[in-house]
Parts: sequence; structure tokens; C-alpha cells
Amino acid sequence: MTRVTVHPRSARNKIKLDPSDRFIRGFTYALGALTAVLCVLPFLLIIGSSFESEEAIRKFGFTLIPRMPTLYAYDIIFRSPRSIIGSYALTICLTGAGTAVGLSLISMAGYAMQRRDYPFRNAVSFYVYFTSLFSGGLVPFYLLMVQTYNLRDSYLAVLLPLLMSPWLIILMKNFIKSIPYEITESGKIDGAGDFSIFARLIIPSMKPALATIGLFLAIGYWNEWYFSSLFLTSQVEFRPLQYQLYRVINQIEALRNSYAGSVVNIGDLPGETLKMATAVIATGPIILFYPFVQKYFIAGLTVGAVKG
Amino acid sequence: MRLTRRFGQNLWRYRTLTLMCLPVVVFFFMFSYMPMPGAYVAFTKFNYQKGIWGSQYIGWKNFQFLFTSGQLALLLRNTVLYNIAFIVIGNVVQMTVAILMNEVRSAKFRKVTQTIMFLPYFISAVLVALVVYNLLNFDFGFITSLLRQWNLPAPKVYSTPNAWPVLIIIVHLWQSTGYGSVVYFAAIMGIDAEMMEAARVDGANGWQRILHITLPCLKPTFVLLLLFALGGIIRGNFGLFYNLVGLNSMLYRTTDIIETYVYRSMMNNFNFSQSSAVGLFQSVVGFAIVVIVNALVKKIEPDNSLF
Repeated sequence: MTRVTVHPRSARNKIKLDPSDRFIRGFTYALGALTAVLCVLPFLLIIGSSFESEEAIRKFGFTLIPRMPTLYAYDIIFRSPRSIIGSYALTICLTGAGTAVGLSLISMAGYAMQRRDYPFRNAVSFYVYFTSLFSGGLVPFYLLMVQTYNLRDSYLAVLLPLLMSPWLIILMKNFIKSIPYEITESGKIDGAGDFSIFARLIIPSMKPALATIGLFLAIGYWNEWYFSSLFLTSQVEFRPLQYQLYRVINQIEALRNSYAGSVVNIGDLPGETLKMATAVIATGPIILFYPFVQKYFIAGLTVGAVKG
Repeated sequence: MRLTRRFGQNLWRYRTLTLMCLPVVVFFFMFSYMPMPGAYVAFTKFNYQKGIWGSQYIGWKNFQFLFTSGQLALLLRNTVLYNIAFIVIGNVVQMTVAILMNEVRSAKFRKVTQTIMFLPYFISAVLVALVVYNLLNFDFGFITSLLRQWNLPAPKVYSTPNAWPVLIIIVHLWQSTGYGSVVYFAAIMGIDAEMMEAARVDGANGWQRILHITLPCLKPTFVLLLLFALGGIIRGNFGLFYNLVGLNSMLYRTTDIIETYVYRSMMNNFNFSQSSAVGLFQSVVGFAIVVIVNALVKKIEPDNSLF
């Protein structure tokens, strides 16, 4: 796949590098190093600041390396751990359930939609695709969810809308399309039903697709704050992590309510470091998992770029 | 008659496949098609107790207000200008990064850089906003503090509307360059290696190869991505804008896009009618644009048209 295989090392060395080649290469290395710094530094700043004392931040601003290192912010968060543990449990449940259900529904439909002998495949594809072209807008959606489906303050209001999207379904369809049709045909000849062809023959050969789309779903659920902000009011006991972070950042009130039990004087609450520590706790798992899963995203984007 | 019988036969014969599609069909019916008739709320003086269908019909009044007050014009201007900047600058940067990455011989360097560039794409808009706050907050921001230490004037970014177009474009690039360049990189990988080798043997240097081979080969991808992006030109990235700006009304002049206005007027001002009027306007115009763009794609590259 890489160009290295095309040009063996020995052949390449025979061609002398001219100055412009060398300039481009040098420039790229410099740029690469710069981007790396730009993409990583902000995260280090948040982590560093979360371990800094509130006074030092008030005096010197946010830092990479704490001048007066302390675990005070984390201490406060975990002194009454109910809220943060609840958020974690909720986020993990939503992510697990949403990804599992979404993935099964998307892959079943994706399989049917690409079967060339299925007469309704174009109708279903258009039905799904049309929803990305036209929508009733936010207000009718909100009113439907709240007044008709009665989902205010229900975690279902967060779980359901993120289950699938036209884009993910089309992506899945394109992935499955690359599996030879002969597999389906051989199953048919053996007298297998459509569902068992899908479950026994197709699923084993679509693991990369499942990994990619499962990851898109999981990231969607883990990063979810939008539907929570629409449908979960302050009556709800636990909130998804990113929404909890959103509230801690935006509403000093929320911050006080969440951590009021843990400090004697509310004025002593280390607001800035609490924001940073909450960010670290809420986002840590994603960043830790990231190096292991990012290759599936690249695979997904390359397939997704080609339309089906 | 024959057709209906055929339809019935097919329905029975392929019932398993239809059943496999059923959950998806139901899902989009419940969450995408059901809200569509509710767009009627844009023509009413909405009363929460009476619901959409019990509210008083007032015709085009909501739209009239939006047009005459200039509100819609401002939102439209911001949304479209931001998108143009995102599309043009974004694509140029992504393409440049992909081309440069391709010039690097070390696969390891390329992999590590790509991995790191992808990182900002994975995090939520909430955290992105916190990153900006961490850097630029007037009192404790990392950059503002540094400037102060060097006795330079610290900018009051959060009360300077004119700083935001640049800032938002930078944040957008920060988040999207990694994944955008992957698409271009895949396209570069598809370029005939023999063509490159021939140019190399003929003595073409790096610049010349990029200029005369890589760039022309990327043109179809570029045009296609451009056209697809044009289809979404009046749709904005709500999460990014709303988290960065929030309820800081001082910045609305340069940062308010259709999505943020719709969300705010509903969730904070409870002005459902006006909010839905803007939303409906966006849906209808957006739909028209996609249809036009698709016709264009069909003409240029029939294989890639959407429908």
C-alpha cells in the first residue's frame, strides 16, 4: 500500500535528491512536528491545570506544569463520588446499549439494502437518504419528543436519536457491498434463509465494518451532550459525562449543586481547576482508547468518501 | 393489477429482508418523518398548552418578522460565510497536508503525525470549547497569561466580536484537518505509481511532480468534495458554535448561525414559532441547494451523483 513497496530502497537512492525535494521534505517534517505540538499541547494544558492549585491559576493562569501541584479538585469530585460515578455508569450503559442495538439494526438493514436481488432496496435507500436532505427542523422534533412521546427527563431521549444516521447506514451498505455476492448465492443454493445467510456467512466477513461503525456510534454516545441538553432537565439525577462537563463549565450553579456537600464554604470551591479535572475525568477514557482504535476510523473515512 | 400482484408476491418472497429493514424504517418514521408535518408550527402563534395543532394560525407573520427585522439576513450571512471559509481554507489545508505527507519517506513519521492530527476530531465540542477557554480566557488563559508575563497587551477575546471569525476558522481547522486529509491521502495513493516514477526518471523535482501530477490528479476529488460541501452551505456545526460562544450575546453579531439562533430562541426564549420559522426556511432552502448541486454533479461526474 505504501509507496515504499513500489520503489525499492536501492532504486530510490540512485536518483539524487534535488534541493526542492529536500526543502519539501524538511518543511514537512517541521510542519508535522508543529501540528503534533498544536494537537497535543491543549490536552496537556488541561491535564496540567487540573493538578494546579486554584490560587496559582488566579495568579499565573493555566499551566502545563503546576507550580503548586495539588489533587484538591479531584479530591472534591471524589469526596461525594455519587454524582461522578453515576455519570460514568450512565455513560457506559448508554454507550454499550446504544452501540450494540444501533450496530445490529444498521448492519441488518445495510445488508438488505445492498442485496441486488432485493426489489425494494432503492425504495428503502431513498427513504433513509431523504431524511438527510429534508427535516422538519428542531422545534417540531423537540415538541414531538416532549409532548407526543413524553420523553422529557427520560434517558431514552438520549439513547434513541443516536442509534443510527443515514450516513452510517450508507457507510455500512458500502462496506457490505465489497463482500462478494457469491457468498450470499452459495448460501441460497444450500437452502439457507436470508437471515441465516446474513448471520452465519456475512457477519463473520464484515468485522472491519462492524468495528468502524461501532466506533462511530460509541464515540457519538460518549461525546453526547446535545440531546441531554435538550431533554434532560435539572430534575434528572445523573447526566452523561460530557453533559455534566458542559454544565460544570457553563453554570457555576450546577457546579455548586454537584459539589456543595464536599466543601465547608462554597466560596472556597476551586471553580477553574474543577472544570479542568472534570474534563480529564470525562474525556480520559476516549484519549486512552484512541491510539488503539483510530485505524478503524481511517478505514471508515476512506470507504465513506466513496459514495454508494 | 399485475403490478400489484407482483408487488404482493415480492413482499412475501423477500419478507425476511424487509423485516431486516423494518427497525430502520420505523426509526426514521418516528424521528424524522413524524416531525415533518409539525413544521406547521412556523405558521402559528404557538401556545405550549394547546400544542402544535391547537395553536392559532397566523400565516406568514413569523417569516415576515424575520425578513424585515434583518435577523434572518444576519444569520444567513454568518452561516454561509463561515461555510465558505471552512470549505475553501479547509480543503486547501487538507490537500496540502495530504500532499506533504505523501512526500515523506518515513512511514512511521507519517503514521504518528496522522494519528496525532486525528485526535482533536475525537473529542466532544464541549471539550473543544474548554480548550479555547483554557488558552484565551482573559483572566487565566494560558496565552493571555504568557503575553502578560512578557508585558504585552492581553487581548480580551471573549468581548471582541471581530476576533471570532478567525478564531472559529482556526478551531475548525484544528478539528477537521486530520480526517479531511485522510480522504485526499487515499486519493493520492490511487495515483498511478508508474506515472510518478516516469516523472522522477525524467528529472522532475518535487515541486514539478506536485504541480503537474499530484494536483491535477486530485482535481476530481476536490471538485466532488467541494460540491458536496456546497450542498450543506446553509447548515452549520451547532456544537462548535454553541459551545464556543454560548450565551455571550456580545459576540452574536459575528458568531450567530442559524442553528444557534434556532436552539437559543427555543430553549432560552421559548419562542417556538420564530425558531421553527428559521428552521423551516433553512430546511427548504437547504433542500433546494442540494437538488441544484446534485444536478451539477450529475453533469460533471454522473457516477458520483447522489440520486
